Amino acid sequence: MKPMGVLGISKDEEFLIRALEQLQRQGYRNMTTFSPIPSERLSEWPDSRKSPIRAYTLVGGILGLISGLSLTILTSLQWPLLTGGKPIVSIPPFLIIAFELTILFGGLSTLLGLGIHARLFRAGLETIPEPGYDVRFAVDRFGIFVPCEGGQIEEVKRLLLGAGVEEVSIETP
Amino acid sequence: MEETVTNRAGQAPILQQVTDDILAPLWKPGRGYWLLLLLSFSLIVIGGYIWSRLINTGLGLWGITRPSGWGIDIATFVFWVGIAHSGTLISAILYLFGVSWRASISRTAEAMTVFAVMTAGLFPVMHLGRSWFFYWLIPYPNERQLWVNFRSPLIWDVFAVGTYFTISLFFWYMGMIPDLAIIRDRNTGWKRSIYGFLARGWSGTGIQWRHYKAAYLLLASLATPLVISVHSVVSWDFAMGIVPGWHSTIFAPYFVAGAIFSGLAMVCTLVIPLRRAFKLEAYITLDHFNQLAKMLLFMSFIVTYAYAVEFFIAWYTGDPIERASFYYRAFGSYTVLFWIMIACNSILPLLLLSKKMRCNMKVLFSISLLINVGMYLERFMIIPVSLAHDFNPYIWHLYKPTIYEYGVLAGSFGFFSFWFLLFIKFLPAIPIFEVKELLHSHSAGKLEAAGK
Repeated sequence: MKPMGVLGISKDEEFLIRALEQLQRQGYRNMTTFSPIPSERLSEWPDSRKSPIRAYTLVGGILGLISGLSLTILTSLQWPLLTGGKPIVSIPPFLIIAFELTILFGGLSTLLGLGIHARLFRAGLETIPEPGYDVRFAVDRFGIFVPCEGGQIEEVKRLLLGAGVEEVSIETP
Repeated sequence: MEETVTNRAGQAPILQQVTDDILAPLWKPGRGYWLLLLLSFSLIVIGGYIWSRLINTGLGLWGITRPSGWGIDIATFVFWVGIAHSGTLISAILYLFGVSWRASISRTAEAMTVFAVMTAGLFPVMHLGRSWFFYWLIPYPNERQLWVNFRSPLIWDVFAVGTYFTISLFFWYMGMIPDLAIIRDRNTGWKRSIYGFLARGWSGTGIQWRHYKAAYLLLASLATPLVISVHSVVSWDFAMGIVPGWHSTIFAPYFVAGAIFSGLAMVCTLVIPLRRAFKLEAYITLDHFNQLAKMLLFMSFIVTYAYAVEFFIAWYTGDPIERASFYYRAFGSYTVLFWIMIACNSILPLLLLSKKMRCNMKVLFSISLLINVGMYLERFMIIPVSLAHDFNPYIWHLYKPTIYEYGVLAGSFGFFSFWFLLFIKFLPAIPIFEVKELLHSHSAGKLEAAGK
């Protein structure tokens, strides 16, 4: 069976960070890191920019605000019935609805952004974890998966072991 | 895996121990658990039966009559919405402030929030009389071209409570995704399928964590103003009315403070027995309760201040009807309940000034339980008691709940407990990854010293 790549597993994230740096220097890309807890340094790979999810929140929030104001104002104007002696378009109470919808749409679009960027919306009853995943990554081990083939496999293994990674294995599909 | 090369032997994993300890009680219900589940289900059956009678007979089954159009059903609605507030406080607000001790209790508090809102939501629907028309509260295009009245506080409630439930539910679920992946990995067959579906392929990759942390922070930021708004809106159900005892500008902060106070008390009431039953003493420590008790004490001061201000405003207005209403509250037909409320919410929490009391689980549990009683009475004093002593002495009336109202109240506790009991057996009650993150960022040696 053709190997998918090399998986390195370590109890200490420091060894993985060292390995990651060395692999980058050797020109390896498309690596995946795994950790049981959020690790700032591992999360910076491969993109150290801020998560784009905040844009989803902003857009969702603005849409919610517009929806709240439109819903209240337009429906009140469609049937202009006076209640409680208040104006047909009563801005203070309508702002409450607009506020709630801002939060609702902002929150739901944040989740949408997370689902898209963290690949949580994949189909299937039991969604399969990412390639290279080992059950220990959810418990107490940090990991790195390097997609490679042929002669690269030995080089990656050597680099990982040299960086102090505890366990190195060749992954097959 | 085809070939494995080992570089060195790993040490005894502390993170593994955390995972094992927190997941140990899952799927192992004992006899006591089944008894509690049966009890809560029985209460649901009682509540459900009364609701069916209510639909069949009408709202006359309850003790509500002029001038008390709202009775303990609405007081119970406010009580449960209030209980829901501490979950978001602990999860979102304390998260934004970087308070690390919140980690161990945040999951339980969030679950409590979700179930309390679910319970609260039943009461306005029940109060509609014709409950099956509840969807009339939601604005939707219809052939009559009629829309809801957005100037009504009751419609604000629909939006506020609906938004709060949705955001709280997703916030709770999102916080659980990494932990659900652990349970997925430890199970086979249909259990693996269910947890696998819920974990959505979570693998803990660097990319996933990066987006996850960003999304969590953003949701916490959105939930913080939301939690303040929800109980403010609930308070306006009353403050918008001109009823003496209700028509006050302090209602929004007064209700929010009361909600946080009662919610924190409920967290203590639930977490103290949970900690003991599941042997989680190493994770929910005395220091956690010490911090919770300090917050309880602080909120008690705020609530007491609000009580005093309420009476002061009534006196300061010089309005004889307003004054009479408050005099009636303290010295009228319900005087005993009023003073029990003061004892529970303002006097008893003073015991928490002592650290010894804050760290004594029996004392803290008793105080938290009595605060729940006191906060329920507060809602009772505000809602039906204010209505019972309205402007017109000719229609003054002594409101007395009927057995059916008490039955529905008991049913609501059964409904809440039922969901909570299911939660603690099928989902991790403590956020595993957050505790591990905390341990990882501190020194690992502390847990070993504690015997873990």
